[in-house]
Amino acid sequence: MTETPPVDDWATDFDLFDDSYRKDPGPVWKELRETCPIAHTERWGGSWLPTKYEDIQAFVRMVPELSSRNPLVVSQPKEEQEFDPVLAEYGNSAPPITSDPPDHIPMRRMILPLFTHKAVAKHSAFVETMCHELIDGFIEKGSCDAALDYAVYIPAKTIAHIIGVDAHRVDEFIGWVRGVIELNAGDADERNKYNRILRQFFGELVTERKANPKDDMISSLLAQEINGAPVSKKAVVGMCNLMLVAGIDTTWSSIGSALLHFATHPDHRRRLANEPELMPSAMEEMLRVYSPVTMAREVTEEVQTGGVTFKPGDKVLMNFPAANRDPAVFDNPDEVDLDREKNRHIAFGIGSHRCAGSNLARLEMETALRVWFERIPEFECSNPDAVIWSGGQVRGPRHLPFTFPAQ
Amino acid sequence: MRVKVIADKCEGHNRCCALAPEIFDVDDYGTATAMNDGNVPLELEAKAKLAVENCPEYAIEYVKD
Repeated sequence: MTETPPVDDWATDFDLFDDSYRKDPGPVWKELRETCPIAHTERWGGSWLPTKYEDIQAFVRMVPELSSRNPLVVSQPKEEQEFDPVLAEYGNSAPPITSDPPDHIPMRRMILPLFTHKAVAKHSAFVETMCHELIDGFIEKGSCDAALDYAVYIPAKTIAHIIGVDAHRVDEFIGWVRGVIELNAGDADERNKYNRILRQFFGELVTERKANPKDDMISSLLAQEINGAPVSKKAVVGMCNLMLVAGIDTTWSSIGSALLHFATHPDHRRRLANEPELMPSAMEEMLRVYSPVTMAREVTEEVQTGGVTFKPGDKVLMNFPAANRDPAVFDNPDEVDLDREKNRHIAFGIGSHRCAGSNLARLEMETALRVWFERIPEFECSNPDAVIWSGGQVRGPRHLPFTFPAQ
Repeated sequence: MRVKVIADKCEGHNRCCALAPEIFDVDDYGTATAMNDGNVPLELEAKAKLAVENCPEYAIEYVKD
């Protein structure tokens, strides 16, 4: 991470990667909502940061004025995309998350049936067994890194299983995904390096499946048509890329944040351990309070909202995490209420780009927490100061030193 | 009680189907519909209310007969 100067004024110079903001952005959002609900910065390529639920609900519906073609919070420089031979061959989009009308809906409809609640239920035994095996690996020690020994593997292995790629390479996949969206915000060359690795990997896999179809997800995607024409290889490479990039850091963050919350709030931990029927509302509350994902939109036609004029080329951040702390929609928004019954949170986004994998993410998160609580009902964070938070596109804990009674 | 899903507003979060599977169904694209013409039996009214109040798209409404 590149060192950046400290922030004096969050309304005009916010920094998503500021240390204290990554650790706890709630106070900044509260202040901005009351003083300057749509903040601006020139940092990281420049962007706008809305903080109100109502405004974000409005922005996501500004289609086509706000485009999804560059959804990364820190954009990749255009010139580098255009002259890269790997990207030229295998594409650099990630449909449908980078799609706009008229391609968006047909692209999205290709993958939605893979992620209905009925479709994802088929993977529930796989996820449950994996959670137990991961815990078997450290339960005798009485300690673990809950982020790196447990939470990260749940989405990474599940996605590898669904796409049908070699589970032994899962640590490599995690490294590539972190290289693209998490670790190199200030270093475009490094990000591009990992992006090329991902494209090359899926490009070769998709090329192979096109020549020799199998009974797997990639082959079934390749067999589909869009508006009467066969779907392109580039589009399928982009979809595979999306599933890996959008499916790992995000769910990892939600599982890790929830475990950290319970490790540092023993009253809540004991309640959930004793009342497992609380899990559905407790999990939604974790998703609301610790929403991991912020997406970007690029303005293509001038629009006005909240007294601000947005010009073509401006970037607007879909600050779903801040929307979920808006007191206009949520009572006591900064408090965790495991019984919260009314919870219209938008942790999975909102609008036509709503997370296509939300049913899978919920299955993974519910299973990960349930199995953890069944096996390790008593646990704590041995050094809360050592917790490392990622920031920007996806916020979540990346190092979680936990201790618990050895078994 | 009767409920309906406004099809234009539903974007497929599937919260209704998770909270009240006896009342709501979803298609392959996640779009929800209220089954049984939206009629909610008395014993499921609390679940229907939960579904209404947890829809991020404000897509479920009560129908007044």
